[in-house]
Amino acid sequence: MREFNINYNKTFKPALIIYLAIFIIGAVCAGIFGVNLDINFSGGTKISYSYTGEIKDADVEKAVKENINKSFKITKSTSLAGDTQTFEIALVGKDAVSAEVQEKLTNNLQTKFKDNEISLYNSNSVSPTVAGAFFIKSLVAVLITAVLVVIYVGFRFRKIGGVSAALTALCALVFDILITFVTCVVFRLQIDSNYIAVILTILGYSLNDTIVIYDRIRENERIYRNLEIGELVNKSVNKVMIRNIVTTITTITAVVTIVVVAEFFGLTTLRTFAIPMAFGLVSGSISSIFISGPLWVIWKRYKAKKKANAR
Amino acid sequence: MKLKRTGKPVFFVVFVLILALAFTAFFGISDYYGDTKKVYLKGASEIRWGIDIKGGVEAVFSPDKKGVDITSDDMDAAKSIIETRLVNNNITDYEVFADNSNHQIIVRFPWAADESNFDAAAAVQELGETAMLTFCEGETQEKTILSGTDVKKATPGVDEQGNYVVYLDFNDAGSSKFAEATARLVNQTISIWMDETLLSAPTVNQAITGGTCYITGMEDDTAAKELADKINAGSLPFGLTVDDSKLQIISPTLGSDALNVMVIAGSIAFGLICLLMILRYRLNGVIASIALLGQLAGSIACISGYFASANSFTLTIPGIAGIILSIGVGVDCNVIAAERIRDEFQKGKTIDGAIDSGYKNSLSAIIDGNVTIVIVSVVLMGAFGTPDSILAKIFAPIMSLFGTQVTGAIYSFGYTLLIGTIFNLIMGIWASKTMLKSISQFKCLRNPWLYGGSKNA
Repeated sequence: MREFNINYNKTFKPALIIYLAIFIIGAVCAGIFGVNLDINFSGGTKISYSYTGEIKDADVEKAVKENINKSFKITKSTSLAGDTQTFEIALVGKDAVSAEVQEKLTNNLQTKFKDNEISLYNSNSVSPTVAGAFFIKSLVAVLITAVLVVIYVGFRFRKIGGVSAALTALCALVFDILITFVTCVVFRLQIDSNYIAVILTILGYSLNDTIVIYDRIRENERIYRNLEIGELVNKSVNKVMIRNIVTTITTITAVVTIVVVAEFFGLTTLRTFAIPMAFGLVSGSISSIFISGPLWVIWKRYKAKKKANAR
Repeated sequence: MKLKRTGKPVFFVVFVLILALAFTAFFGISDYYGDTKKVYLKGASEIRWGIDIKGGVEAVFSPDKKGVDITSDDMDAAKSIIETRLVNNNITDYEVFADNSNHQIIVRFPWAADESNFDAAAAVQELGETAMLTFCEGETQEKTILSGTDVKKATPGVDEQGNYVVYLDFNDAGSSKFAEATARLVNQTISIWMDETLLSAPTVNQAITGGTCYITGMEDDTAAKELADKINAGSLPFGLTVDDSKLQIISPTLGSDALNVMVIAGSIAFGLICLLMILRYRLNGVIASIALLGQLAGSIACISGYFASANSFTLTIPGIAGIILSIGVGVDCNVIAAERIRDEFQKGKTIDGAIDSGYKNSLSAIIDGNVTIVIVSVVLMGAFGTPDSILAKIFAPIMSLFGTQVTGAIYSFGYTLLIGTIFNLIMGIWASKTMLKSISQFKCLRNPWLYGGSKNA
């Protein structure tokens, strides 16, 4: 296996520009298409119909699309006693569905599925289950995590100035989370409660990735005492490059397999989970190499210069 | 340098232990006595899957008092109490929707039609209970002294005689009410009620000013814990009833066949991970695959209730994400070690020397990476678990500022991530190293190529 010999200080600017370009594309797409939230985040209307016999989800989906141009999700159920079958259409959006539209929908379904004795069973307009308080608390939890990680990394990597290392690791993490968001917007994926799991997964993965790199820097710092900081980082990152590639390929293969198998069996709902995760994982290893390391070098050089000037 | 050798049989011992754990964790051990199945060890099939994967029950609750003014604050309070009650029952995957205009609360929680050890209808009834704790003068509910809102905290415990009791800590208002009442009612009876059920009716011996008391008469420790949970979760502003005919069994929200598809997808993904590891790292890859199998089995065991101390846990997509991340980190841990071993061969080390220093050099990276992930999972469990869990107490001073917010999905992510990481530390560090050191003692396996060195070394 050949050795890598990349100067990451030179690739920093291009990498930063590519990331920023992706973020701008994401912001533009969000402006044009809007952000696709599910009923847990935005609230909406749940309309359920009882029916008899067999009905396919896909057929209902087609029929509903004729009347309603909002995003929706269909869930089938049967009563606990086993005598009534229903399907529920969960429509996303704060503005309630007008009685007129609802009636048209009912009529359309009744004509489409003549033999299934469709009738309106229940209709509720619901508030979001995930509300502002939840987001504030999530943010606080993330901040507490960040502080604890900075304390831990700051202590364990004190030889090389751990606090600044932890801060650049967090910076790379923000990039990765933004990438998952851009993925959702660009691919028009619905942001549902699974998206939170994606963010948390990327958070853990990205931190681990960056720490492995800093571990090598810490080790090399002991071996090559007087190496310039930029060269030290280059040497260290090049050393862990193979590990980074192998781990990324392995994890991505696993996540992509899940998407492919799910799509093969028609389980399209896993898209909102697995696709942003795959992109986040790739970004997680790219950002720890091309963003956090070089950013740390810039910070260290700036500090050294300030110290020299002060003298 | 003298190296400590690991004996040849050690590999087989560890390997068989991991296989045994994997086999029993996936398939469980059970026995049939005629028609009744007796489960000794719970397998993967005993896992309670979330509504996203296996479907569940939907219940539409309406307030039982008509004509009472119900504000949206009441609805929000009712919603959050129902959420706490669900998590107290280890149901972390739920959807609770409030319809403020019709005053209905729609609750969905996982339950499969073939599940016999869980009574869905009874669970729904329990969710709708007001659960108002009251202390009353005499043996009737006419004169209330104080109620559940005056209780700061309820804890299950045992008194001096060994009876199961629930200890109550009153808040300031509760303490003064209780002190006043006990001073006034010496030698009279105070009755303690949960809704319309009489819990106990002790006679007051003397004034109690300490702000604490306990409720006796608990059947066992489970009953005591249930009552304490109920009091801590708080009481609903109104009782809620469910029209039984509107109890629905819903199909998986991800799609009808979600579980089967995910099992197939997961198995193929795991197989590919092992294949990639073996292709690149040869024998080290085989060992890594065994260690990863052990890690996965350990995670499954902690979810299915295989270990008696860990309750069964509802597995949902966020929970699965936690497992995926921990497996990803487990892969990384094996990759880091295997790459280090390769480096050592390039420096000209022997098999034993390369394995030994390879693991030694990789240890700090693995420990630091894993500890960081443990920090993440512990904070998430503390922030989004039930308020009376140990972790929640640690973060309570900060988190209580933001109101109780029990979010099962995030809690379950933290849980699966934490156990996955713990098993990674056992399997990825200890088990792989031990197996590799032991297996490398076999004469037929003394080829450096097998471990990442070159053929002719």
